[in-house]
Amino acid sequence: MNGLPANETRFLAGAGEIAAQIPDGAVLALPPDYSLVAMEVVRALIRKKSRNLKLLGVPVLGFCADLLIGAGCVAEVETSAVSLGEAGLAPRFTAAAESGELKVMDATCPAVHTGLQAAEKGVPFMPLRGVLGSDLVEQRSDWKVLQNPFSPAQDPVLLLPAIFPDVALFHARWADRAGNVWIGRRKELATIAHAAQRCYVTYEELREGDMLEDELLAPGVLSSVYVTAVAQAERGAWPLGVADLYTIDDAHIAHYAKEAKTREGFQRYLDEHVYQGRTARVRDRAAHR
Amino acid sequence: MNTYTREELLACAIARLIGDARHVAVGAASPIPATACALLRARGIGLRISLLHKRSGNPFTEGSRELFDLAGQGRIDVFFLGGAQIDGEANVNLVRAGTNRFPGSFGSAFMYFAAKRTILFREEHSRRTLVPRVDFISAPGWSPPEVWRRGGPQALVTGKALFAWQKESRRFRLESVHPGYTVEEIRDDTGFDYDVASPVVNTEMPSREELALLRGPVAREIAANYPEFARRVWAGAA
Repeated sequence: MNGLPANETRFLAGAGEIAAQIPDGAVLALPPDYSLVAMEVVRALIRKKSRNLKLLGVPVLGFCADLLIGAGCVAEVETSAVSLGEAGLAPRFTAAAESGELKVMDATCPAVHTGLQAAEKGVPFMPLRGVLGSDLVEQRSDWKVLQNPFSPAQDPVLLLPAIFPDVALFHARWADRAGNVWIGRRKELATIAHAAQRCYVTYEELREGDMLEDELLAPGVLSSVYVTAVAQAERGAWPLGVADLYTIDDAHIAHYAKEAKTREGFQRYLDEHVYQGRTARVRDRAAHR
Repeated sequence: MNTYTREELLACAIARLIGDARHVAVGAASPIPATACALLRARGIGLRISLLHKRSGNPFTEGSRELFDLAGQGRIDVFFLGGAQIDGEANVNLVRAGTNRFPGSFGSAFMYFAAKRTILFREEHSRRTLVPRVDFISAPGWSPPEVWRRGGPQALVTGKALFAWQKESRRFRLESVHPGYTVEEIRDDTGFDYDVASPVVNTEMPSREELALLRGPVAREIAANYPEFARRVWAGAA
């Protein structure tokens, strides 16, 4: 994939249309469950039978990645962890990693941030303190250890290559008519949008006017210059949350954690919550708009 | 004698280890360390707590990288790390053991270096978790002198005992055994070799005052961010 976002953000009809823009094999950067996750698009990717996606966890992954992995959409993950938080291990990730079906490139949180920050700045690499002596360094042939050129004393330092994801995908509270999106304090979303070739965002509500004209909203705005396309998805992060609107549905995640322990249970979950039910109704409504 | 839960005992032990820190950061899935921090605050100690997973009003406005930037700058005094495996050189493994896959290293490979002190915490105290040598080093317990490192391990707290870390000899020393366990049991259940303090004492039990705070303001605060944990430990109290 190539081509950075054009001047104008496109407005698409729904999460399904965003999913249609994400090709098989894409490197897809995703935020953690506690940030703003475009779950409606994730479900649409499963329905359209996406394949060979490479997920980048910024800096970790959870429920949304476990769904994609279990549904067979993912060939590889680069992440600092995959877990369901208080609900425990991510069952489909664990099974796929243990069986060797899934390639895992282990990282550590600030290494992911640093690689993306290098991409934001357009520099080829950036250094990071710490990490030396971790087996991660041995395992990651793309990471290098060099002497700090500014130090007269021996001072080895880790260098990380810039990370350029194909697609950044997340959810936002608002989009406006100008194509800006409001992400509030979730600045890791800005980081992945800056670093990625394309950026797709679902949003809860459309705001009239231009949020960049509002001094109070502007610091939480990601400018349309980074946004390829948006689509409305009310409660589009469910069962994950959106600050001040709805919280993560702990009971649902706990139910999922239990079901997804077996392949059959996972399939039941998909049938109920991805292929049918609430999700499908929302999707159908969007299609008829 | 006061009755208390194991979680309350561990939170009180961790609160004592935190001591006079000014800024403590708590990472993923760490309700007991978070409880220890909340207990110190409830006692009126002016401690800044950065809870990575605080559900509302979390302290960061620069996204999930801000915690690591704070630590890199030297602004984090105490951090907590767990491990699927921890060995006698304080190496931590969060990635894999044998055929088992664990969630991953999170920020450990950086935070263990950058935070001034790290308290290792793992409830399960067994030869499965406390091993002679970890299968994978997510974060090393010590570094050679030429490697930049601001801090490292301070202590290891488990569900059965408390070990202090001895930086010079790179070995743990058994300091205290939680009520209900013996020094011999600890030896049997620990896969790595360690020194033993003389005397080894019993881990101090929570005081009446600590328990009152834990079951009141602390329980309410923790319930907001770790609802499952709070329900389990303080059902009805919060």
